[in-house]
Amino acid sequence: MSARTLDFSVYAVLIAFALAAPFVFPNYTSQVAVMWLMVLMAVTWDMTGGQMGYNSLGNVIFFGLGMYASAVVQIGLVYDVAEYTSAFGAIVVDFNDTQYFTGLVLGIVAGGVVSTIFAIIVGPFMLGLRGPYFAIGTLGLAVAVAELVSGWEYVGGGGGISMPVYPGIAGEGSLVWYILLGLLALSAHLFCRWLYSTQFGLAINAIRDDEDKAEAMGIQTTRYKVVTWVASAFFMGMGGAVFGNMSGFIEPLEVAFPTTTFGIFMVAMALVGGKGTLWGPVLGAILFHVVKEWTWTYLLGWQWVALGAIIIINVVYFQQGILGWAQDKWPRLFGVSVDRGPSETSVEAAE
Amino acid sequence: MLDNLSLLWQAPIIGVDLLLQGLFIGAIFALVAYGLALVWGVMNVKNLAQGDMVILGGYIAYQATLWGLHPIVALPAAIVLMFGLGWGIYVLIIRRVVDRDMFTSLLATFGLSLLIQQVLNLIYGPEVKVAESGFGSMEIGSFIIIQNVRLYSLLLAGVLAAAIIVFMKRSRMGQAIRATAQDARAARVLGVNTDHVYAFTYALNASICGAAGVLVAMIWVIQPYYGIVYSIRAFIIVTAAGLGNLPGVIIAGFGLGMWENVSGFVFGAEFAVAAVVLMLVFVLMYRLAQSYRVRQVVR
Amino acid sequence: MSANGTKIQIELKGVSKAYGGVIANKDISLQVPEGKITGLIGPNGSGKTTLFNSIVGYHPIDEGSIAFEGREISTLRVPEIARLGMLRTFQQTRIYKKMNCVENMVISISHRGGGGLAGVFKSAKDAATVERAEHLLEFVGLYSKRKLISGELSFGQQKLLEFAMALMNQPKVLLLDEPTAGINPTLINGLIDRLKRANEEFGVTLFVIEHNMRVIMNLAEKISCLAHGELLATGTPEDIQNDRRVIDAYLGAH
Repeated sequence: MSARTLDFSVYAVLIAFALAAPFVFPNYTSQVAVMWLMVLMAVTWDMTGGQMGYNSLGNVIFFGLGMYASAVVQIGLVYDVAEYTSAFGAIVVDFNDTQYFTGLVLGIVAGGVVSTIFAIIVGPFMLGLRGPYFAIGTLGLAVAVAELVSGWEYVGGGGGISMPVYPGIAGEGSLVWYILLGLLALSAHLFCRWLYSTQFGLAINAIRDDEDKAEAMGIQTTRYKVVTWVASAFFMGMGGAVFGNMSGFIEPLEVAFPTTTFGIFMVAMALVGGKGTLWGPVLGAILFHVVKEWTWTYLLGWQWVALGAIIIINVVYFQQGILGWAQDKWPRLFGVSVDRGPSETSVEAAE
Repeated sequence: MLDNLSLLWQAPIIGVDLLLQGLFIGAIFALVAYGLALVWGVMNVKNLAQGDMVILGGYIAYQATLWGLHPIVALPAAIVLMFGLGWGIYVLIIRRVVDRDMFTSLLATFGLSLLIQQVLNLIYGPEVKVAESGFGSMEIGSFIIIQNVRLYSLLLAGVLAAAIIVFMKRSRMGQAIRATAQDARAARVLGVNTDHVYAFTYALNASICGAAGVLVAMIWVIQPYYGIVYSIRAFIIVTAAGLGNLPGVIIAGFGLGMWENVSGFVFGAEFAVAAVVLMLVFVLMYRLAQSYRVRQVVR
Repeated sequence: MSANGTKIQIELKGVSKAYGGVIANKDISLQVPEGKITGLIGPNGSGKTTLFNSIVGYHPIDEGSIAFEGREISTLRVPEIARLGMLRTFQQTRIYKKMNCVENMVISISHRGGGGLAGVFKSAKDAATVERAEHLLEFVGLYSKRKLISGELSFGQQKLLEFAMALMNQPKVLLLDEPTAGINPTLINGLIDRLKRANEEFGVTLFVIEHNMRVIMNLAEKISCLAHGELLATGTPEDIQNDRRVIDAYLGAH
């Protein structure tokens, strides 16, 4: 089976599942919707972390910025944002359907755009940092943004914002979020699949393998790095916008910029599945989310301890991830050739 | 928000007070940062669990007060316990990431950081805690009030730092650590058991963090999730000062303490953490600018 | 134009570079003529690699000027110089170790012209590019290894790959830092032959650091010799071989 047909059969299976899930498990629509969000997070994290070697611990910034941007746009279309937020949910704004859906569409677009702009501004600086400095710098930036938003009265500070309520019948809303998150995850993955098949993909792989060499060969590394991060931010921003609406209430530390939950989940998921592979983050996200949803409630508070332990074990003992491991074991399946003949012979033969 | 700035202008004595308080907390930051620099320099591990080890030390002091003991008693206990814990962490985790790429150690210690946070949260709950020292305070002039506990902790931090420096200079182990930091392979060839040195270094760092944590618990409050800010502070100081630059670490530590106090006063307490973290971004940017200077105009 | 009618491609005038107190290069002036093979020799620690690094932009020089095709480049940084058409290979070979050989080649295409990002969204399997890549891999004798992950190649093969990658970039000048170091001696003749062919067929100017005297005497038309950071002599291989100072430098006399 060629890589192409393999890819498309996996897409077919996932899309079939996505279409069937709301009917087969109607009570779990939200959980599966969050699973698509997880896939989105892992896939977009892997763009810089896996493919480019820039391990961000702060990609959750884009998630939160998108969320807040959409909130401001959606509320601001109808109401004065500062007044709304200062009432801490006491004001219930009635949106008619047109207002709501216009706001929603514009909000999601704004989520993507604001995150993109932020990535364009900070990208050239942050991506100039190498290795651990980049990881710590992005983590610091995420904490800083979370704290700044917490102190910003206009968007409700630490008290958060209640999002407009979905106007349709009960259950319809969760289906809408389900569809939106599923589509985002799918389009992000298709985008990545295309991107990694281009010379642009090779360039970011080259940056991962040896950035100094890439520079010495004349590759405009900064440009590639920023574009990659920006693309990742764009999808993450829209994901944040949808998730904000889905949760109905947003606040900076736990929902919008949670560095120690979503922020680290995306890294862990990509690592579990195999970072730097096309399907690894998807596999990791699905596994992680399913296991998490199944076991979380039975762990009686120890689940977060378990998360720490999973990350440690994953990093220390199983860093290549599931697909990375499979690729080492069965390289042919992944279109990777291995040397079988004695080395140097071809060189002599060519003389 | 900026009203306080004019207040600072009208009553400069407040500024003196702020800077003095900054000095006290800065000493503890410098201590934690020195531990980080040690581990970073010797074994090239960026310990993101640094702050959580500090908080863990703080809970040891808190536990002592629960048993009706004075928290200062917890200082030697924290040093010993954290040494053992650090050694254990080394054997289980760090040993396996020392030779791997840098992100591996960073992420492994980030996992460790989550683990420590959550265990503390399960045992002690998410509320802030303090280990009351019961020390009084003294007044200098009419405006400056110094809590004695801060003064004592400054002294203790100084004593600890001096003890570590003497240890590193004089003892066999200290020399072995310094040799390993310079060239691990050469040290190994010359018969230094580098695995042992690494374990000792990591354990020593855990001890330093534990001791700093006891002081932190007496001066301020501790909470399971406060660790990350201490990690970030330590990273700021080490990044600004550079590895193996002890005077730099001390100066940067004091500087950061003062900056935090002044910015917290001027911008309001809700922006205190943001001010710290933005300082990190600033320091990283400074480093970046430095590296760009590598190829510039001749002369 | 120099006296004998060839164009000067790289011109160094009075280049000095010190690290701390150690003088690595002192007042070095030399010229690399276009389309020729120029050699740079000297005992260990004589400052050859430092000079290379100064030319391609790894560090600022303390004094002097470096001109490439008449343009001052001593203040430019590595990628900018690379995009002007001057590349170098490394003593410690550097390739993209997790990518296969063809991918290594494809991403090494010229990034000159600054045509923006649009061109890079071409497929990584773009037929024309891959064909050229495979042709060059065949040229260096790595065609049968083209699908292999490059990190699995032997050291010598990695060096050949790095050379092929440099050619893929279609540079005007290629600075080679010890191309034969670590290569199986039986393969060295083949390598010399390929370097010469690259120079003749592709018109690439070569500037080569080399320890192996036999290789450099065979290869270069003009050789400069450094010792203790200073330029001792420049001349044809015969001149250099018979130069008293060069012989002394190599034998350790001061």
